Amino acid sequence: MVETMILIPGRSNKQGTSLNAGKLKHEYREVTSTVEMNQDDMARLCLKDGDAVRLSNTVGEAVVRCKGKKPSDLPSGMLFIAYGPPSSQLMGGDTAGSGMPISKNFEVQVERVDVP
Amino acid sequence: MSEIGQNLRVVEHATCTFCGCVCDDMDLTVDLDAKRITKAKNACTLGRAWFAEHTIEDKPPARIDGKPATTAEAIEAAAQILAGARLPIIYGLSDTTCEAQRQAVAIADLMHGNIDTTTSVCHGPSGIAFQGVGESTATLGEIKNRADLVIYWGGNPAESHPRHFTRYAVTPKGMYIPNGRKDRYVVLADVRRTPSAPVADLFLLVKPGRDFELLWALRALVKGRKIDPSIEESTGIPLATLETLVERMKSCRYGVLFFGMGLTMTRGRHFNSGAILALATDLNEYTHFVAKPVRGHGNVTGADNVVSWQTGYPFGVNFSRGYPRFNPGEFTTVDLLSRGEADAALIIASDPGSNFPKRAIEHLKRIPVIVLDAKDTDTTELARVAFRTATYGINTTGTVYRMDDVPITLRPAFDSPFPGDEEVLTALKDRLRVLLNEKRGGALRKAA
Repeated sequence: MVETMILIPGRSNKQGTSLNAGKLKHEYREVTSTVEMNQDDMARLCLKDGDAVRLSNTVGEAVVRCKGKKPSDLPSGMLFIAYGPPSSQLMGGDTAGSGMPISKNFEVQVERVDVP
Repeated sequence: MSEIGQNLRVVEHATCTFCGCVCDDMDLTVDLDAKRITKAKNACTLGRAWFAEHTIEDKPPARIDGKPATTAEAIEAAAQILAGARLPIIYGLSDTTCEAQRQAVAIADLMHGNIDTTTSVCHGPSGIAFQGVGESTATLGEIKNRADLVIYWGGNPAESHPRHFTRYAVTPKGMYIPNGRKDRYVVLADVRRTPSAPVADLFLLVKPGRDFELLWALRALVKGRKIDPSIEESTGIPLATLETLVERMKSCRYGVLFFGMGLTMTRGRHFNSGAILALATDLNEYTHFVAKPVRGHGNVTGADNVVSWQTGYPFGVNFSRGYPRFNPGEFTTVDLLSRGEADAALIIASDPGSNFPKRAIEHLKRIPVIVLDAKDTDTTELARVAFRTATYGINTTGTVYRMDDVPITLRPAFDSPFPGDEEVLTALKDRLRVLLNEKRGGALRKAA
């Protein structure tokens, strides 16, 4: 099943502490490869914490692990991911004359994938 | 600074340069033998990680094509790359001192290149909005002492700037805020309920991409215009809630709108920033109101200041005609890379190889890249020349600007065997001047 959702890349506390240890280290890579998803959406897509999902759009794709958030914290249809290499794969290079690429709040296709 | 033992030292009133809060009340306990900070009193979780993790790594001072090199060899290699480029670009600068930033601007000027900072992918749209709308501004000290209405919009300070609430804007007692938190009303507007939400008296869950509409509706209500109740359907916020908020805004003694990248990184960009700045201006018809962008990196505000006072423009500045020109979308780094225009890059204390759009990263991999960084990153991995530099504020002194444009002098904790950014950039500038004089002198003689 493939669904369209809105991705919000942003800062997180864990990302901030782990980048100090090193951006090439496991913890930072793991933090930036985890997408938060509304628990109801996860149930509908038959996903549980730690399952892999492919996020894709016309720019590119990234395979990340999902983690459930309460519907009161993260509305249905919305995803949050800490900035990092995976989210960059989904950002377009056009800035519409502003210098700023659309880096939050853009649509992605979400689908479950089987990754060991 | 005081000695507390043979190998331990306490550096008082040191400054954390991890985020834009630039808290200057750190008391650092330093193990001089191990060259590490063992305790950072007053630091938040991010600050503690910043101080604990910046040690002296057993790595070479530079690498050229992945192989260890001396700093002098790397300077020569970097100078040759930049001297031979047609459109060399400089980018980054938000995690280094103003003194190093100044050298970077001089290099851009010297080589008729392009200079841009992480502002362009942070609050660059707010910088554009300042020029169109203006900024009703204040220092964080003024806000701490006076603000009784504090509104955060499109940001999550609890995670990105943990001490913003406790040191500057929510809980501290101030001259006219004797009871601290009890004397303030706090509002948070965001598209998701973040860990910052519990701090707020009122949380506005805004529909994604509807910030501009909501801010414009607030402007209309401030001016006494009628708003259709369908505003709830389009923005997620009931009209009655907006009307109550506007009354509170107009009747407070001192209000502040802090805004984050929820406004600048989404559709609308500088129009969103402009809307919130205009709302603050409108409210000054009734009371005192200010608007401040919440800045991310430790000295990104310094980068804006230094590039502005040296070129006249805050970011996205091009010297290819021999004088500075400013044009976001043309001279900003994401655009220069995504269009494949830059043919060499000098990256200072930032990591576009990780955080830039895919197409821009692909171009970075095609051109010679020179990087100055205290740590290994995706950008140092793709660089042809990589300098390992000392960490500003921990190993080197200098000046940084807090997010409210207040300059602060750094008190370093311990020495590093690696050179500071300013030292490397000054040496690079000097060598580049020689190479460019030779190159341009030859060209002039040919023309004559």
